[in-house]
Amino acid sequence: MTMISQKDVEHIAELSDIGIVREELDEFTVQANKILDYFDILDLVEGGSGYVQERFNVLRDDIPVPSLSREDALKNAGATEDGFFKAPRVM
Amino acid sequence: MAGHFSFEPEDTINAFITVCKDPEYGPGPLSGNAVAVKDNISTAGIQTTAGSCILKGYYPPFDAHVVSLLKKAGAAIVGKTNMDEFGMGTSTENSAFGPTLNPHDRKRVPGGSSGGSAAAIAAGMVRMALGSDTGGSIRCPAAFCGIVGLKPTYGRVSRYGLIAYANSLEQIGPMGKTVGEVSDLMGIISAYDPRDATTIDKPYDHVPSAGVQGLRVGVPEEFFGSGVDPGVAAKVWEAIEVLEGMGAEIITCNMPSMKFALAAYYVTCMSEASSNLARFDGVRYGPPVDTKMQWHEAYQERRRESFGKEVRRRIMLGTFALSSGYYGRYYAKAQSARQQVKNDFMRLFNDVDVLAGPTMPTIAFRLGEKADPLSMYLSDILTVPANLAGVPAISVPCGTVQDMPVGLQIMGKPFADEVVVDAAYTYEQGVKA
Repeated sequence: MTMISQKDVEHIAELSDIGIVREELDEFTVQANKILDYFDILDLVEGGSGYVQERFNVLRDDIPVPSLSREDALKNAGATEDGFFKAPRVM
Repeated sequence: MAGHFSFEPEDTINAFITVCKDPEYGPGPLSGNAVAVKDNISTAGIQTTAGSCILKGYYPPFDAHVVSLLKKAGAAIVGKTNMDEFGMGTSTENSAFGPTLNPHDRKRVPGGSSGGSAAAIAAGMVRMALGSDTGGSIRCPAAFCGIVGLKPTYGRVSRYGLIAYANSLEQIGPMGKTVGEVSDLMGIISAYDPRDATTIDKPYDHVPSAGVQGLRVGVPEEFFGSGVDPGVAAKVWEAIEVLEGMGAEIITCNMPSMKFALAAYYVTCMSEASSNLARFDGVRYGPPVDTKMQWHEAYQERRRESFGKEVRRRIMLGTFALSSGYYGRYYAKAQSARQQVKNDFMRLFNDVDVLAGPTMPTIAFRLGEKADPLSMYLSDILTVPANLAGVPAISVPCGTVQDMPVGLQIMGKPFADEVVVDAAYTYEQGVKA
């Protein structure tokens, strides 16, 4: 049985950039453990990883077709600058 | 004939997020028909939120393939229906725009996640709507609201323009008052689309016909297991006996993989969601991020404020299930279980033409009744197998229990959508006669 701690939940929230506040940690941890507990049934599944889909590639010729205009692509953005999306700084 | 009309329904059940008051229509087979569209399907120039605060104010610059097809067929898009945020829920209570109420009893949920579409039809606001079904999101609300809903075979309807939640499981599908309307709508939306590489060119060109003489109907015992309400089970068995009375052969059978199906489904959809929903960063759409903040800080603040709790829970658990050290234990095992579910279907389809059982284990539950996430998940047990295997499945009303509708679910072989439609149509016509 896998048990995760509040510290684990904080770490996962960090990895997934989900943002979590201290007051929520207990509730999320308790619920996550209940759900993971239910997932334990998968321990009884034999085999490693078989994929359902029989996969094959779908290829086509590279024919240029009209795409979104820059104006349309930027229409829903919160902030733009010189025809680009403006995002928070990464560094 | 082309034109426009006024659409101002008295929406006291919160079925719509957006109403188009003056919808236009064109000539074509659906000319002038009002069609409601689930709010996770992109509509050019009409707000599309997927039931989430993180897409409030988003106006897609393009139409989903299915929406283009509806317009080409002359339909009038009359509005965008309420839903659990990104499709994550079984009750439409997880919507940022408040829950939709069940028109049969306003203290109860309409089911989810396509609850707005089903309730709008049940309340008589429209006769047809589009939904999407990742783990039962068309069939569950169809059953709870007493309407018809079809989850097509995976690959039969383009997902281009559907806001992705769990790509390998979900399909857009038709919902309607009758099987005939669902079939008509399916005929319009199933055209091939090269922009969705998982579609195949197999148009649905079918007019339902009644008749189940010699049809072999498998009834897996697991679909009547301990979690299924005895009243619902009895009602569905009556419906199966109606089919038998009309000439179908009833064969009881087993689906041992059902014990893994729900866990396999949730691990898979959460994992896919954790990747799909990374795109919501407040940069390209939705409420903007503070561009003066540092990236992770800004991103985390936006997502904490604008995603609901269930969405955050699924993203976190999906991230966990895919993380190094746990991938083999959860995701890989879930894929093996998924293969077993598919194998069970294919084995059973050697001896039967369709499988039948209840759509949902209970009637619609009361608002707030399933506050614990896991208890809500458990109600999906009878609908998720069809998504895991990619097979078509329809829910058709089969009477009531405590005055609430019950759905009969009929599942078919891959790409035999026509067969499940005909079986549902035969039942519908049979009980009407």
